[in-house]
Amino acid sequence: MAAPPPAADVIEIGMPGTHFRRERGTQLREVGFAVGLFALLSIALLTLLVLMLDVIVEGAGSLSVSFFTETPSRVDPSSSGIGLAITGTLYLMLVCAAFIIPVGVASAIYLEEYANREKWFNRMIEVNIQNLAAVPSIVYGVLGLAFLVRGPIGMGNVVFAGGLTLGLLVLPVVIVAGREAIRAVPPSIREGSMALGATKWQTIWKQVLPASIPGIATGTILALSRAIGEAAPLIVVGAIAFATTADTSLFSGTFSALPIQIFGWTADANEAFKPLAAAAILVLMGILLAMNAVAIWLRNRFEQTW
Amino acid sequence: MEAGSHLGSATPGGYKPLGVKRRRWGEEIIRGLLFLAAAISILTTVGIVVALLGESIPFFIDVGTKFFTDGSWSPLFADPQFGVWQLLNGTFLITGIAICVAIPIGLASAIYLSEYATPRVRKTIKPILEILVGVPTVVFGYFALTFVTPEILQALGIQVKGFNALAAGLVMGIMIVPTIASISEDAMRAVPQGLREGAYGLGSTKRQVATRVVFPAALSGIVAAIVLGVSRGVGETMIVLLAAGLQPNFGIDPRDGFATITTFMGSAADGDNPAGTIGYQSIFACGTILFFLTLAMNMIAIRFVRKYRQVYD
Repeated sequence: MAAPPPAADVIEIGMPGTHFRRERGTQLREVGFAVGLFALLSIALLTLLVLMLDVIVEGAGSLSVSFFTETPSRVDPSSSGIGLAITGTLYLMLVCAAFIIPVGVASAIYLEEYANREKWFNRMIEVNIQNLAAVPSIVYGVLGLAFLVRGPIGMGNVVFAGGLTLGLLVLPVVIVAGREAIRAVPPSIREGSMALGATKWQTIWKQVLPASIPGIATGTILALSRAIGEAAPLIVVGAIAFATTADTSLFSGTFSALPIQIFGWTADANEAFKPLAAAAILVLMGILLAMNAVAIWLRNRFEQTW
Repeated sequence: MEAGSHLGSATPGGYKPLGVKRRRWGEEIIRGLLFLAAAISILTTVGIVVALLGESIPFFIDVGTKFFTDGSWSPLFADPQFGVWQLLNGTFLITGIAICVAIPIGLASAIYLSEYATPRVRKTIKPILEILVGVPTVVFGYFALTFVTPEILQALGIQVKGFNALAAGLVMGIMIVPTIASISEDAMRAVPQGLREGAYGLGSTKRQVATRVVFPAALSGIVAAIVLGVSRGVGETMIVLLAAGLQPNFGIDPRDGFATITTFMGSAADGDNPAGTIGYQSIFACGTILFFLTLAMNMIAIRFVRKYRQVYD
C-alpha cells in the first residue's frame, strides 16, 4: 500500500523531506560543484587578504609622526612624508562636500518630490544620472581640464578645480542615496503636514528632510570615500606628487593628494620610495575604514522604521 | 449655508477642486532652484561631450584617416604617429585578461551567494566583497606592480617584463569581480522561487537547479553584469598606468608592456602640453573614444537589466 522503503542509494537532496533516486557519483558532483564555487569565491577574498598583508608588511615600518608632517622629497626617502598630501586631500574633500551636499540633496528632492515622470526632461535627467555613474573617472578629469583648469573659467591647476572635478564625479552617488532616503519617508507624513496647512516646501523642509538626514549623510560619506581614493581625474587636472610649497590656498598654488602621492612614489624609479607608498596606502585605507565605520554607525543608529 | 451654496456652484459635483488658489511665488522659486540643481547632471554630460568634441574635432580634421591607418601611436614625438590601434590593442588585451579572471570568480561568487550560502555566511561574505569595491584603484596598481609581477609571476618562473599586461589584467580582474558578482546575484535572487521549486519537484539536484534553471533565467542580468565589468575595465586608469607601462605596443603576448587609451590620457595630461597643440588635443581624442565606448556598453547593460526586471517584477 505505501511506497517501498528507500533503497541504499537514495540520497536526500533538495527540499527537506523529499527523496530522489540517484545514480552513484551524483553526490560527488554535487559536492564538487559547491566546493568549486566556494574555491573561486575564496580567490577574491584571499587576494584582498594578501593585498592588505603586503601593504602592512611593506609600509608599517615607515609610519612615524614625521611621516605625517614632512613634505615629499624627490631625493631623500627618509625625510619624505605625506604632510602636503594630507592637506591637499583635506581641501579636496571640503570643496567636494561643499558642492555635492547642496546640489545632490536639491537634485534628489526635485526628482522625488516635484518631477513629473511623464515629462521627457525629467526622464532624461534620470537616465542621464544612470549613465553618468558609468563614465570612467578619467573622463571627468578631462572635463575638469577643459572647463575648470583651462578654457572659459581657467582657474589653473588649483585645488578648487580638483575638488569640483571630484564632486561632479561622485554627485550621482549622493543623488541616488538622497532619493532613496526621501522615498523611505512615508506619504502619510507629507499628507499630515499638508493637512495642517503647510505648503509643499514647508513640508519638505520641516518634515521630509529631517527624517531623511541619516540616509543622506550615509550617502554623502560613501560619495566622499569614493572621491578620496580617486587618482586618475586628479592627474589630468594637474595634481602633483612632489609638490613642495606648503601655502595651499583654494585658488592658487600647486596641490597634491594622498592617492596622487601613492601614485608618485609607486611609479618612481627609486625603489626606496616603495615603502613610503605602502605607508601612505595604510593611511588612506585607515581613513576609508573610519569613514565607512561612521556611515554604518549612522545607518544603524538613526535608521527609522515607520 | 452660505459657503455650502458657494461650493455647490463651483463644480457640478458639489466639490471645489482642492489646491486651486493663489500662486505662491516663493514655492515656485524654490521649485525652480531645485530643478536647476537637478539639471547640473545634464550640464555635466553636455560639458563632457562639448569638452571632448571641442578639442577632438580639430584633432580629427588634422589627423584624418591617419587615426586608423598609422602603424603606431606617438602623437607627442617630433615625428608624430596617430594609429589608435596600438592603444585599443592594449586596452582590450588587458581587459580581456581581466574578464577571463572576473567571469568565473564573479559568477561562482554570485551562484554561491544566491543559491548555496546560508543567510549568515552571506552576511559575512558580502561586506568583504564590498571592501574590494572600496579599495582605491591606485592601491590595486601598487599591488600589481610591486607584488603580483615580482612576487607571484616572476617567482613562478613566468618571464614577464617589469611592466606587463598580465599582472595588470589579473589584478584588474579581481577589481571587477564585485561588479559582476553583485549584479549577477541580484539577477539570480530575482528569479522566482517557484521556478526552483518546480525543478526540485521534477527531481533536479541543487546543482542542476543552479546551472539549468536559475542561471538561464538570470541570463540577461548576468550579461549586463559582464558588459558593465568590461566597461569598468576599459575605463580603468591607475592599474594600467602603474603596472602595464606606457609603451604602445602590438601583439597578444601578455608578458609585454602595453599602453592603453587611459594610460595615454593619464601620462600625456601632466600639464606639459599647452592647449591647442596636437598633443593636448590627442588626450581629448582618446577621451572621446573612451567615453562613447563605455557609454555604448552601459546602455546595452541597462537594456539587459530592464529585461530581467520586466519579466519577474
